[in-house]
Amino acid sequence: MSLELCSLCATLSDNSALFAPVNLVVEKGEVACVMGPSGVGKSTLLNAIGGHLDTHFGIAGDILLNGKSVKNLIASKRQIGVLFQDPLLFPHLSVGDNLAFGLCSSVVGAKNRKLEIEQALEQAQLSGFYHRNPATLSGGQQSRVALMRALLARPQALLLDEPFAKLDMELKYTMRDFLFDQARQRLIPILLVTHEPKDVAAAKGPLIVLQPI
Amino acid sequence: MLAILVMGILAPVVTGLGETTRAAFGILPVLGKHDFNLTAWQQLFQLPGFTTSLQLTLVSGFLATSTGLILTIFGCAWVYNTSEKSFLFSKLKPFIAPMLVPILAAPHAAIAIGLTFLLAPSGWLTRLFSPWLTTWQLPPNLTIVQDLWGLSLTLGLIVKELPFLWLISLVALKQINLSKQLSIAQSMGYSYANAWYKIIIPQLYPLIRLPVLVVLVYALSTVDMALILGPNTPPTLALATMRWYNDANVAMLLPASAAAIGLAGLMILSVFVWEIAIVIIMAVTKIATRSGARGRHWRLVSTALATALPMSLLLGFLSLVVLLIWSFTWRWSFPDALPTSWSYSYWLKLITHWPLALQHSIILALGSSAIAVIFAVAWLEVQDRFGGYLSRLTLWFIYLPLLVPQIAFLYGLKVGFLRIGLNGGMGAVIWAHLLFVFPYVMLSLIDSWRAIDRRYLQVAASLGTSTWGCFWRIKLTLLLQPLLLAWAIGIAVSIGQYLPTLMIGAGKIETLTTQAVSLASGADRRLVGVYGLIQALVPILAYMLAIYLPRLMALKKL
Repeated sequence: MSLELCSLCATLSDNSALFAPVNLVVEKGEVACVMGPSGVGKSTLLNAIGGHLDTHFGIAGDILLNGKSVKNLIASKRQIGVLFQDPLLFPHLSVGDNLAFGLCSSVVGAKNRKLEIEQALEQAQLSGFYHRNPATLSGGQQSRVALMRALLARPQALLLDEPFAKLDMELKYTMRDFLFDQARQRLIPILLVTHEPKDVAAAKGPLIVLQPI
Repeated sequence: MLAILVMGILAPVVTGLGETTRAAFGILPVLGKHDFNLTAWQQLFQLPGFTTSLQLTLVSGFLATSTGLILTIFGCAWVYNTSEKSFLFSKLKPFIAPMLVPILAAPHAAIAIGLTFLLAPSGWLTRLFSPWLTTWQLPPNLTIVQDLWGLSLTLGLIVKELPFLWLISLVALKQINLSKQLSIAQSMGYSYANAWYKIIIPQLYPLIRLPVLVVLVYALSTVDMALILGPNTPPTLALATMRWYNDANVAMLLPASAAAIGLAGLMILSVFVWEIAIVIIMAVTKIATRSGARGRHWRLVSTALATALPMSLLLGFLSLVVLLIWSFTWRWSFPDALPTSWSYSYWLKLITHWPLALQHSIILALGSSAIAVIFAVAWLEVQDRFGGYLSRLTLWFIYLPLLVPQIAFLYGLKVGFLRIGLNGGMGAVIWAHLLFVFPYVMLSLIDSWRAIDRRYLQVAASLGTSTWGCFWRIKLTLLLQPLLLAWAIGIAVSIGQYLPTLMIGAGKIETLTTQAVSLASGADRRLVGVYGLIQALVPILAYMLAIYLPRLMALKKL
């Protein structure tokens, strides 16, 4: 698995580019970081890769996932997971049902699915949280559930938009290490938008700094 | 404030229901009847067409509400779909808002009359396609409006209620982090439609539950729309009840009251059935969510259903346009697409004579909406100063008059009013209007009142502004637009009231709406056009004022 960006940039309706074209290869299990000044379009870059751009934006260049272009696919066909700053657990579903929503449909049978979800909860050190209401969880716990939910969908790549910005220092580092471990174990290429130079050092992967035009 | 709520809203509804119930069980002192018995009910069940009426009521009510709700959800999904270009009708979006306001503002009766002029065999639609497409030189011999199955009534209810439900839903959706939740679901492989089904709808429905129930109750118990669009032989239960009340034989008051109370019971049962159905649907949704099935794209189906919203808006808008055309018509013979000669004589007559109906409507609307706005503001301000909050229960009480069929308590209320010496004057009718105006005014105001940034008030207070100064110069000034909108909604609700005006006014106070409804069955479409249109025009003007006055005042300050 690998994620490859070839002279990729998001464009406005008049075809002007938002930022300088990006070239990047993220191998499986590797974590690449995206930095850049506020408002340069880091989130827009992630939206372009994930297929979540508004129609008034365009894309120039190409996005290759495992060697195949996904540029013209809609978001739901790309198999690229996203995590935002907020965990955004669905409030009407329990923690377990949030994970069940993520867990890919190739795991069939209520028993098998429950088993796999319990395992995921265990990995996230949240055993026994299956029936809890997500609103009763702490920020760190919610972030772990959100990450597991994204991973259970078995994405081919994962995009993270400052996922831990709202957590305190200590928690941030534990979460980050947890995330990097999971990515390496599951051999998923990861693209992380961050403001923290320490994240870049810990990621040990390629870094791109987004340049305004 | 609670006392005002109890006296102003609760007491009339409870008294009304109480008096009607007494009559339903045989106690009507005016007719010299004092004994409890069930004769009225036996009479009711034996009245011709009772079961058909019941069936008709349930089918049109449930069909209209469920279709309205489904189309509302597809309409919302359509508006928020900014990532897929495939939607055929995305070009239509800019035309939505200008069509929405008039339909929301226009009374039910105006839309119903307009739809008649549009859809009848001799209506505008047939004229537009005749004879070049249909070869008809004469109106076809078909029953389209007032069909036996109540389909045109159902359509009328959908056309009028869909914009309301849609607007309420769009406001509610602002409380949900919609686009990011959809992005997450789609990134996991869920289709747009499936993400809406499993993620958005379960969060949206609880937020719009009360308005949906109000629509259900209205659809099951409307009299004016049923009178114009519904079948006559037999009519819906609400309309039949109204006819029995108006029967020349006063003994019919007893079975009529039984029918009115029966209708209230039917309403409780219907709300119960509706809620059970929703619980079942939600449970099925949860099971589907647990399976992790990603769903198909259903693009064709979703597009088709999403287009129903603009189609319905168009139908509502055209029904107002056709009223406008008829009101300026002199000669318009079938199958011409437009009138052959025009005239403004009916309008001239209206403007020069200022008929009583127009005067009454304006007095009732201004009176009830002003009182409602003052009450609502006083209530919210008292809560700000002395603490307390609107509990869920209080909200249900405010909504109560909208959740009980009008016909179930209005007759009893009339009896109650007579007992305390209010006999069908303007004051009594204003009070009756208030029961329906106040809930809408309160609910449209409450969110913006709470949204005032309290820090402005703290800053003002720290600068030495008194509590009253804060109230006049900060709260009311900041809330000018919402206040005017609440007032306009009040005007629209009051202008549209048919049954309360008719029953509490004892038929003596004629308004634009009572006139329009009673003329609707008549032959002179030009006159009906004038009345139907002006009935819609007054609230539209109020809305325009509410929208543009604050902008003008803001411009002046620059």
